[in-house]
Amino acid sequence: MSGVDLGMPTFPDAARQAVRDAQLRHNLGRATSTIRNKRAAVVDELDDWEQLRASGAAIKAHTLSRLDTYLERFEAAVTAAGGTVHWARDAAEANRIVTELVRETGETEAVKVKSMATQEIGLNEALASAGISAWETDLAELIVQLDEDRPSHILVPAIHRNRSEIREIFRREMAGSGTPAPADLTDDPVQLAEAARHHLREKFLRANVAISGANFAVAETGSLVVVESEGNGRMCLTMPDNLISVVGIEKLVPSWRDLEVFLQLLPRSSTGERMNPYTSVLSGVTEGDGPSNFHVVLLDNGRSEALADEVGSQALRCIRCSACLNVCPVYERAGGHAYGSVYPGPIGAVLTPQLYGVESEDTASLPYASTLCGACYDVCPVAIEIPELLVHLRNRTTRERKGWFDRLTGTAMRGLGWVFGDSKRLGRAQRIASLGGRLFGRRGIGRLPWPMSRWTDARDAPAPAPESFRQWWERNRTGSGDER
Amino acid sequence: MKRSSHDAREAVLGSVRSALAGGQRGSADSIPREYRGRRHVEALPELFRERVAEYRAAVHTTDSAGAPETVLGVLERADARRVVVPEGLPAQWSDPVAERHDTLEDRPRLSTTTLENADAVLTTCTVGIATTGTIVLDHGPGQGRRALTLLPDTHVCLVAASRVVDDVPAALAELDPVGPMTFISGPSATSDIELERVEGVHGPRDLHVVIVGDV
Repeated sequence: MSGVDLGMPTFPDAARQAVRDAQLRHNLGRATSTIRNKRAAVVDELDDWEQLRASGAAIKAHTLSRLDTYLERFEAAVTAAGGTVHWARDAAEANRIVTELVRETGETEAVKVKSMATQEIGLNEALASAGISAWETDLAELIVQLDEDRPSHILVPAIHRNRSEIREIFRREMAGSGTPAPADLTDDPVQLAEAARHHLREKFLRANVAISGANFAVAETGSLVVVESEGNGRMCLTMPDNLISVVGIEKLVPSWRDLEVFLQLLPRSSTGERMNPYTSVLSGVTEGDGPSNFHVVLLDNGRSEALADEVGSQALRCIRCSACLNVCPVYERAGGHAYGSVYPGPIGAVLTPQLYGVESEDTASLPYASTLCGACYDVCPVAIEIPELLVHLRNRTTRERKGWFDRLTGTAMRGLGWVFGDSKRLGRAQRIASLGGRLFGRRGIGRLPWPMSRWTDARDAPAPAPESFRQWWERNRTGSGDER
Repeated sequence: MKRSSHDAREAVLGSVRSALAGGQRGSADSIPREYRGRRHVEALPELFRERVAEYRAAVHTTDSAGAPETVLGVLERADARRVVVPEGLPAQWSDPVAERHDTLEDRPRLSTTTLENADAVLTTCTVGIATTGTIVLDHGPGQGRRALTLLPDTHVCLVAASRVVDDVPAALAELDPVGPMTFISGPSATSDIELERVEGVHGPRDLHVVIVGDV
């Protein structure tokens, strides 16, 4: 399995930096609370939300349990409708296929619809090294691309930027890649959106190749569904004559009817709207309307491996709504960049280690980026048990990455088991601990010297009580202690 | 590339199959569907009207006798001189517009530049969804290919009240995804800047929905 090199610090290091950034915390806090409230309001409108959620989870689980069948069905339907299906085992293979397809058109640029799959495989970078410019057309993606920044949220990739920062980016960078920002641009969101419209219009009307992802792929009909707001998706799917869609193999749903569940779940969970402004459905090639040359690249890149993990495979149900990010206390404070992955937040913490493997320190640290409070599960529209997955992956990373520290922990745990296994031994240990506890007083345990500092650097622990419960019980209840 | 793509196909499918080996393979029939297929809505066109308006689209309610006047009024206020009229739009809607505006027909195909410079487009739709305030275009007769409703800055859409359904499940049951389809809920919008909603990005900046009560 291969992926792009994350090349990022581990979550604890990155998070420590991020929580010191007051501007970032302010931007994030404002944005996540706005979207949380919007979501809650439109979800409360539906008295059958829990039933929709159960169906959404069941449809996805069912699809995954017969994924091979549905993939073949989808391939057949797309082919019958005039499209071509390609298969990619990993990121490198997908990038090679897309690069080759763009080259065949003779073009050196492409317009892009926001897509998590193409970010996951680092497609823009791969195209750039082949001399092909890929222009992001979603407003937030444009902001991130112009600033050579990284996305920090699945739905709103520039959530970490406020309006005046965006104005600066537009003024500084737009001229370098096309129509410049107007000289008198203010930080009014209406003006900023207008500047993006002008900047991108030229690209939409000129481009001959579009690259997209898909929110859903319907096996029965070979349809791709692209859910969006700004119309940049419609532009990309309609205007250029060549369309290449990179679709993760977990995006499938069996039938057209299944969309009746997801088109209710997704907009309400993600933007907090009853329905997003535009949803495009594309079923192969239609003469006289849209692209005549249509390719779908089905991407594995670690998904089939994740499918083999009975607990972990739940994460493949994800429809990328990002509701779990917006409710997560850790995400709200640390921000998306700290996760070092295109998939941040709670879902990222369970998806990233599975897609990229747990060999590196940065992916292995992600399942710990959570307090296990469970808010993510409550809002997940396909009921992924994220806390359960986090614990499962903590266990897996520990088992698969046994270093000296883990062996030491193992020895300590066995020692603890020996002490707990006998009441006399436990009593003696507790008396020693109470003595130790008096050294710390009421303040509790702050910093300890290495190697215990690996625990205490990020946590305070209460000092052992001066008297254990068993001592107290003996003294007060059994009558064998002091008679008072 | 042909050879390696065949290998990739077999490798991905093989890897999926070995991941699923020995697991439970469910049946699609056992998927619970206890959500509401139909919602009880007292007055469908009223709810539709209210929900469309919440997206800051303009909504007009009229009957077939008053519809031409309503459409002309909208076009006039939008200062629309060149109006795109798709093939198959009933003459009762297109003729009055042709009398007062330059109508552009898509035969022969209008160029991108012409569409870009058109002021408005007038279409019908296939179905309207009350709960979500959505109109759905299947780009058949009276609706035109997708670019027609994408490039002009004003989209005027006639919705027959009888084509308004309660919610998403009822709408999907009416639709057959053989060609392209567009679900439209208000004018194009973005919330990418501090999550503040701004209307009018790349699609039409103004959406006018004309509900025709007696059709």
